Amino acid sequence: MVERKIGWEPQGSHTLVGGEIQRVEGKVKASGQAKYTNDINTPGTLFAKLLTSPHAHAKLVLLNIEKANAVKGVKSVLAMAKVGDEIRYEGWPIVAIAAERPEFAEDGLRAIEIKFEPLPHFVDGSDLKGAIEADMTVDGQPLKLTKSMGKSGRGDVEVALREAKHVHRGTYGIQMITHMSMEPHGSHAAWDGENLNVALSTENVSGTSGQYVQPVGVEAMNVNVRCDFMGSGFGSKSTVDEWDVACAKLAKATGKPVRLMLSRTTEMQIGGNRPSAFATVTVACDAEGNVTVWDSHHWGSNGLQGLTVGLGVTPYVFQPKNRQSAATGIATNCSPERPWRAPHHPQACAYTQTALDDLAAKAGIDSLQFFKKNLDLTPLPHIYGPELEIAAKLMDWKGKWHPRGAGAGNGPVKRGVGVALHTWNGAANQSNVMLKVHSDGSVEVVTGSQDVGTGTRTCIAQVAADTFGVSMSAVKVSLGSNQFPKAGSSEGSATIGGVTGPVRRTAQQALWKILDLVAAKYTVDGATLIARHGRIWSGFKEVCTWKQAASLIGPMGMELYGGPVTEDEGLTNHQVGGVQMAEVAVDTETGVIRIVKLVAVQDAGMIVNRLLARSQVYSGLIMGIAYSLSEERIMDNKTGRFINANLNDYKLPRIGDIGDLVVEFYEPESEYKRGVIGLSEPPVISTGAAISNAVANAIGVRVPVLPLTPKRVLDALKGAKG
Amino acid sequence: MKPFEYARPTTEAEAVEFLGEAGVQAVILAGGTDLTSLMRAELVSPTRVVDLKQIPSLHQVTRLEGGVQIGALVTLADLAKNSLLDGYRSLFDVVDGVRSIQVQGSGTIGGDLCHLPNCWYFRKGYGLLGQENGISLPETGDNRYHAIFGNEGAAKFVNASRFAPALMAWGAKVRIVGPSNKTSSRDRSSGSSVDAEWLPLEYFHVTPKTDQQGNTILKPGQFVSHIWLPDGNQISSATYEVLQMEGLDWPLATASVCLDVDGGFVRDASIVMGHVAPIPWVADDASRWLSGRQIDEDTAGMVADFAVLSAKPLSMNEYKVQIARTAVKRALLKATGQLEV
Repeated sequence: MVERKIGWEPQGSHTLVGGEIQRVEGKVKASGQAKYTNDINTPGTLFAKLLTSPHAHAKLVLLNIEKANAVKGVKSVLAMAKVGDEIRYEGWPIVAIAAERPEFAEDGLRAIEIKFEPLPHFVDGSDLKGAIEADMTVDGQPLKLTKSMGKSGRGDVEVALREAKHVHRGTYGIQMITHMSMEPHGSHAAWDGENLNVALSTENVSGTSGQYVQPVGVEAMNVNVRCDFMGSGFGSKSTVDEWDVACAKLAKATGKPVRLMLSRTTEMQIGGNRPSAFATVTVACDAEGNVTVWDSHHWGSNGLQGLTVGLGVTPYVFQPKNRQSAATGIATNCSPERPWRAPHHPQACAYTQTALDDLAAKAGIDSLQFFKKNLDLTPLPHIYGPELEIAAKLMDWKGKWHPRGAGAGNGPVKRGVGVALHTWNGAANQSNVMLKVHSDGSVEVVTGSQDVGTGTRTCIAQVAADTFGVSMSAVKVSLGSNQFPKAGSSEGSATIGGVTGPVRRTAQQALWKILDLVAAKYTVDGATLIARHGRIWSGFKEVCTWKQAASLIGPMGMELYGGPVTEDEGLTNHQVGGVQMAEVAVDTETGVIRIVKLVAVQDAGMIVNRLLARSQVYSGLIMGIAYSLSEERIMDNKTGRFINANLNDYKLPRIGDIGDLVVEFYEPESEYKRGVIGLSEPPVISTGAAISNAVANAIGVRVPVLPLTPKRVLDALKGAKG
Repeated sequence: MKPFEYARPTTEAEAVEFLGEAGVQAVILAGGTDLTSLMRAELVSPTRVVDLKQIPSLHQVTRLEGGVQIGALVTLADLAKNSLLDGYRSLFDVVDGVRSIQVQGSGTIGGDLCHLPNCWYFRKGYGLLGQENGISLPETGDNRYHAIFGNEGAAKFVNASRFAPALMAWGAKVRIVGPSNKTSSRDRSSGSSVDAEWLPLEYFHVTPKTDQQGNTILKPGQFVSHIWLPDGNQISSATYEVLQMEGLDWPLATASVCLDVDGGFVRDASIVMGHVAPIPWVADDASRWLSGRQIDEDTAGMVADFAVLSAKPLSMNEYKVQIARTAVKRALLKATGQLEV
């Protein structure tokens, strides 16, 4: 008897699911055939460019677009702001121009008469005192830049501090960064009568059409959104933005298709930010190293909204019995925050677990032992415990850890190791699928989800092919259109669980119907049938080929719809844990840090595609290295501008900067059985804390603020010398 | 980018003609690795771009008068594989430090010498000196990458040339072609009649007092055609660049040294620092102090201390003093085969 139960096969029983399978769209991407939004160039497409504010805070006192209209090749000029408007950050869009050539659009921008009256700005999210004292206005009214985001806590911090054996006080921080998607935000819009056809670089194909309705004046049923391929968003591409609306309006005004992609600089200025966070922390433990107290106040900025990292993730993962936290948000003249891969977790992890590591050093305890000792303060000790053991072996922690600053090194270059851990929810999103089995045995899966570069197509094809016992090439996956069954946004590591669940369930249901047809036709017991290797089997006996089985459906094929998964189906779950260890080499004479090795051990429930899953972790580690060592949105206090908004000065790691990356999945049967859980966010979270802790271990001094640039390293070393 | 004319001379004389035409704002295109960025940002908006790549002599490396002459358009990659330059290790160190294969393949040594500053205020459109309403932005704003020497005047940027410190340590000269106020000499290498003048490289870069002065001695219509280096036998050289990143990145500070060592003792030394001042910064006193001494970890450290003694960091770049010191020390150790980092 083969049990007909919705769910995954026992561990080790799947043929394709869990395997290392290359992306199905790899060839079209590598050969340039894949069309990203920026590649869409239908006949007659006009090129649109934006004029944006060079000021962080200013009043627009003159705007005359008439001369731009007269420029050769310019087809339409759209004012996105008006005289009297208060501009509140650099990059604020003011005018969009569509022209026959990009150069003509630039000529048009130059012809615009524009004048600003600069107003005082405030851009430093680390400067709490300055923010409190700043004398700012908005629309002529006084504006208080700071606001309390509340307090949280339990236990009695004061009493516990008195009783503690070791107390550590420190200040920590992590700077604002941007998303740095390979493909900037933007769209290609074309009108066909009442229909608006948009190619949008989006993580939210199904959720964006409605956003055009009001600003563009179109009925939702007439908006077709497509995104076949996209160059990532990291959380920043879930909305239809004002520049996308401008693109659609320009297309309407000109009667031609229009493409408007943000320039790299504008993308960096207004495409979203990850908030900064700075914290004063007091932590304490008993003589054995059991952490008893957390007391913190953190502040920072996410730009205009005036918020910072939430209290919900503070302290991060470790929850001492006596704890209190307060947060203050600072409004700055920066474009607003957008969710950045694992929103707020990397920052909270950085200030929490560096402070704990400093406490471990103060108590004279090996960081790993200290973290292990306190796992009962975390929600997932059963995950972190074994993961730490695996990571310690892969890192050779025992051989490499040394008391702070006491490591052997090659002259001025000191080596050290650090550890940190993280968690993420990763619950599945609400996705629907349509699955069709044709009578020739080929299979189609259609969903309004999107593949943001993570391999969604491949994972869907794998699950369908595995369920029907056919090859990957027998499955066609169509996604990236709002005309398809609606699916959730690709944020929060929600997609993989969201799409594979319905595909598996629907494929199983389709398979069982087909097996029933096979049972009737070949007079075998349907309950004994399985589909494997292109054939239908009853035990070890081949009954028929898959094609013969599928032919029983009839010429119309079989079409099934599958709704979103729920966790009680056993296909998906939430909440994972991961640990990371870093080994670094710090040149104490130059402050330059090199990553020697990073180890990531990650739980992700049941792995669908081991190759793509590993890629996800690699990408998390690499982004982690970026924000740990070099990546920083530098806001210049003097001009109020994002002074390094270009790829020369906004320093991102290259291949030589990333060291040896070791990825291991923690997938015991207990975790496998939980089903599929999202993996995009987790691996980027604890890299910052692990690297910072490794640097402290190497040089004996905490470099308090990420990224750990040569300046910050040397300043910290100098400060320690006095 | 604004529209412009594109001119492609095949001789130096033609280039001079194209560059000197009245009413034309001409710029020179060498490798184009930076010019295209400057033009796209409209920091440079010429009416004519004069591409020198079709002038054969500018691509050549030849022996000349007890040394070697390098055409200004020799690319970094070609420089690294030219056997006539085998003895000039400090130049190879620079090529290695550039790391980007694309820039090595199209960037030129002449273009590098003329590279405009990477100061972010300049690159944001506040002029060469980075001023707004007469106030120096580098002085009052974010100067973490700015000058620690020679910054008393209006210029706070650092010279962006990667090769200049090494070439200056070698005692290089540059050949400047184009109309000059001085008595011109007939060009010997090409046979054509153009104004040309050989000038010690140390006079080539200038610290401007105004935006209009530019950061080199070149006047409108002039260009660098060749670089001459004295014979490299007997000299040990090295460049040490402190780079934050392993990919394409500007150094935080660099030092190039040339050492004439006899029986373990320094007979003559030349130390030039880069990315620390508006011009390549010659550490003369430190160089002289080395004479007659043996180089080891201690003396290298002392010379390095000496070299940065007069540094005057701005509000945010004191750390660069330490970095410049390290660059000097390590360049000395590298040139003498003692660098272990």
